[in-house]
Amino acid sequence: MAGLMAGFGHYTHAVVRGIPASLAKEALRSSQTEVDLAKAVKEQEAYVEVLRTRLGLEVVELPADESLPDCVFVEDAAVVCGDTALITRPGAESRRGETEAMKGALKDLNLNIVEMTDENATLDGGDVLFTGREFFVGLSKRTNQRGAEILADAFKDYAVSTVPVLEGLHLKSFCSMGGPGLIVIGSSEPAQKALKIMQQMSDHRYDKLTVPDDLAANCIYMNLPSKGHVLLHCTAEEFPESAKVFEKLKDHMLIPMSNLEKVKVDGALTCCSVLINKKANI
Amino acid sequence: MTTEAGSETEVKEKAEESAAEPDQSEKATEDSQEVANAEVEEKERAKVKEKEGKEGKGISRYLPTWLKKQKSQSQTSPTKEDPPTEEPVSEVTQEEEGPTPEVNGHAEEVEEKEEVKSEQVKEKEAETHSNASADTEPAKEEKVEESAEKSPEETKETTEGEGAEEETKEKEGAVEAEGEAGEGQTSIFQSPLRLVRKNKMKLVVCHVTLLDGTDFTCEVEKRAKGQYLFFKVCEHLNLLEKDYFGLTYKDNHDQKCWLDPTKEIKRQIRSNNWQFAFNVKFYPPDPSLLTEDITRYLLCLQLREDVASGRLPCSFVTHALLGSYTLQAEIGDYEPDQPRPLDFISQLTFAPNQNKEMEEKILELYKSHRGMTPAQADTQFLENAKKLSMYGVDLHHAKDSEGVDIMLGVCANGLLVYKDRLRINRFAWPKILKISYKRNNFYIKIRPGETEQFESTVGFKLENHRAAKRLWKVCVENHSFFRLNAPEPPTKARFLTLGSKFRYSGRTQAQTRMASSLIDRPAPSFERTSSKRISRSLDGAPMISITEAGRESAENGREPHLELHSDSKVTVVDVSPGDAEAMPSQHSPGSSELGPPQSSLRVHGDNIYVRHSNLMLEDHDKTQEEVLKHQASISQLKRSFMEAPPPSPPQPNQWEKRLTSSPATIRLQQQQVVSVPQTEAATADNAISDTKEPAKPPVVKTEMVTISDTFAAQKTEIATKEVPIVHTETKTITYEAAQLDGNGDGEPGVLMTAQTITSESLCTTTTTHITKTLKGGLSETRIEKRIVITGDCDIDHDQALAQAIKEAKEQHPDMSVTRVVVHKETELAEED
Repeated sequence: MAGLMAGFGHYTHAVVRGIPASLAKEALRSSQTEVDLAKAVKEQEAYVEVLRTRLGLEVVELPADESLPDCVFVEDAAVVCGDTALITRPGAESRRGETEAMKGALKDLNLNIVEMTDENATLDGGDVLFTGREFFVGLSKRTNQRGAEILADAFKDYAVSTVPVLEGLHLKSFCSMGGPGLIVIGSSEPAQKALKIMQQMSDHRYDKLTVPDDLAANCIYMNLPSKGHVLLHCTAEEFPESAKVFEKLKDHMLIPMSNLEKVKVDGALTCCSVLINKKANI
Repeated sequence: MTTEAGSETEVKEKAEESAAEPDQSEKATEDSQEVANAEVEEKERAKVKEKEGKEGKGISRYLPTWLKKQKSQSQTSPTKEDPPTEEPVSEVTQEEEGPTPEVNGHAEEVEEKEEVKSEQVKEKEAETHSNASADTEPAKEEKVEESAEKSPEETKETTEGEGAEEETKEKEGAVEAEGEAGEGQTSIFQSPLRLVRKNKMKLVVCHVTLLDGTDFTCEVEKRAKGQYLFFKVCEHLNLLEKDYFGLTYKDNHDQKCWLDPTKEIKRQIRSNNWQFAFNVKFYPPDPSLLTEDITRYLLCLQLREDVASGRLPCSFVTHALLGSYTLQAEIGDYEPDQPRPLDFISQLTFAPNQNKEMEEKILELYKSHRGMTPAQADTQFLENAKKLSMYGVDLHHAKDSEGVDIMLGVCANGLLVYKDRLRINRFAWPKILKISYKRNNFYIKIRPGETEQFESTVGFKLENHRAAKRLWKVCVENHSFFRLNAPEPPTKARFLTLGSKFRYSGRTQAQTRMASSLIDRPAPSFERTSSKRISRSLDGAPMISITEAGRESAENGREPHLELHSDSKVTVVDVSPGDAEAMPSQHSPGSSELGPPQSSLRVHGDNIYVRHSNLMLEDHDKTQEEVLKHQASISQLKRSFMEAPPPSPPQPNQWEKRLTSSPATIRLQQQQVVSVPQTEAATADNAISDTKEPAKPPVVKTEMVTISDTFAAQKTEIATKEVPIVHTETKTITYEAAQLDGNGDGEPGVLMTAQTITSESLCTTTTTHITKTLKGGLSETRIEKRIVITGDCDIDHDQALAQAIKEAKEQHPDMSVTRVVVHKETELAEED
């Protein structure tokens, strides 16, 4: 029976975008490091390959735009829940143009498009954690209160709670969902603090999976027909300790995913796709 | 220590509150006289009642409502309140219908029946469990000999008037007997006069807007209580699971208020507009746990309205989905040959911003529900509605401490804080230690977190005082309903007799669930609004919903445990015995012995809110004659107190009996406790006080203190002094009982337990129980009771005193009141 909040993690489609050459030099980053463009492109190809071939999702691949060095990180441009897509207004001005192509793609998928037109609002999808029952929106350098309000307006069925993000780029720079009711959280103090706040704000109880590295806490959970619980997470090469933690999840189909290059420009695993469930639409 | 008992501040707050709250304090003072008198009388009646109370419906029908409380107090231990079944109600109600001519207008009757019924149930359960209605009446008898006596009467009971008269006679006899033993007061209880007067009551027509939009009209006595009208409405609706519902009225400021079932309607509406609405008051978090389809149907009606009006916001898809279930429930399967279904749909309101697109979606989804019964459609509707984030959240406008506009949402789990549409904070009930209001401020005291040491108080500003009070009340009720197992231990209620009076009076969710699990009637058929389609019951319907319901119930059953667990884990106050042992440092040396106090602590913790809910007391309504009568008896009472002979060797009193059933007493018994002269001091003050009354030996040397926390109370030295808040003028009058207990005088003894129970309200009562071991394994229990009455107006001392004495005697019939100190304080700043 179709219904509200049915099937957390069920996805049929994914929207991704290519890596522009400008990423290496111009993409925003919090630490000055050099990106090996070729490696980054390879990573992205592997990522898309897993989504398409291994997991069987319908992947919509948007072409890279050289004028938008960060455009590969599509997550920030839209928040999709059910059949509603909120086109965001990214906090970084250089990224505002990214939403155009995203809007077109989501329209083509027949989603109800809600646009964030308020010029005082900013919101990056990376600050939005959807748990299946409610939203947490990180108030960060990229996302403000007004942006969160508009999100709450777009998804009226759900509680939307705000969480201050004091360190790190986004809320999801140190946490993500690892399953229904399971929050994967980094072990840094700001991460733990944010988790406390989320737990306090919620009427629901969440289990937590703490990983030693904050960045490793960003993983992608899906619940797919014939595959069950699927988790795309960091590799042992990047974060050996955290990878061990993920390996303890016995019920999940675990897919380690290399993200060495993209992470240099603050790109985590979730950043590179917008996941959509078309069948859930009632 | 974390709690409540910090009476100093609380008293302070209360005082301010009362000052800031003219209507309440005025009323309180104005009422206090009446209440005091009524209390005295009540006591007498209670005694009568104890002897005779079990007699059955015939008589108890005529008992005033407030006796209900009395009765349950004397008979029920707070811990094991068996929720009453609904079944007997229906029986009783039916019986009532036929033979009784004066049904109309007697709110008391209805309530009384409830009460009787609940007792029946309790006793029945205790005895056999036989449920045959023939058993019900004899089952009321508690004492065998009485039942033997009474049974002939019971059989005659169908002719109620007759039975009642007979019983009245008997009762009078009992009153006399009681009078000799006691204070020699006669009760005018059950005087025919009163009944006659009642019958002469004016009738008023009430209009109640029901959830389906229809109007229900009925006549009630002008002085009927809210409950009477509510029961009338429920009866009309054929609703048994009524605890989730309530009646609302619009106050003078056009604000929606809940009609207090325990109070007279007339006094609440404050206008001549007898217009009400029947609404859902407590939204069950899991509607699939409701027993009857009719209850779910009514909940659906409320939610449809909530959704259509925008009070319960939801997305486009959810609007469409809920709308489609509504259609299925109301008009049944989609008929393909129905002409222009969209026209029909557009005539109905499903959403505040309904448009063609939505209507098309509704139709599309509706088509997919073919074959679903109305009850199934309702169930699906509720399954979706309950997940909405604003389901069951009662919003109140407020400002935070910085003046920013926010919304406070009260719900089953606690208090939510919203700014615009965003949730910015949440205080689960277990996190909240105390709720209060003062002027237009609303405060919550927060339990300290794991790393914090002190509790903090968060304040919100509301539009005005009324709004603050309304919010507070809603919190008290929601907390009681969803978080407590039983509304409150009756003992607490007893302490508060003066002052104002609000607490949750109904059943809690736990109780109502228990009760409705016993509903055993064929699913009532009911008409649906638009279609007038007869409901088919879900009971016979196929699997899906039923299995779902089963699963849900399992899930839900776990919840309270989790809550409780987290609660006791965090706190000191809520320590269950096990937890308490884990923190020995909290206790005074020798705490290993302190099993009993720990268990009392537990009670405290659990009932933090109970205290709050106790904050106001029921509004006793008494007639002018009663008032006069009892004013006359006050002086007599005082005299009798002064001359009272020392009590004969005490039998275990109510209090001790209660103790006996609790772990606390096991220890006491081992020590061969004989309770030796017990003393009791009651102090009545009428201002915030800085009382320094040297307590009498053999009590631990104390100052007349308000023990600010239970741990302090366990220490042998009790010396928490109150700090005066204002410059005051003090006057102290001490009354000593004619004979002082010489026994154990000056004996230091060993303190066994000391327990302080603080109740707060306009009238604050602090009770300190101190049990000491004296030489020879004897123990003595002294109870010091301190009553602080705060108010703007002059308080009648005699009355307050008489009241306090009565109260004390009533509570501990086997103890003697040895000393009464009246301490009057007047604020110098204000000319009094």
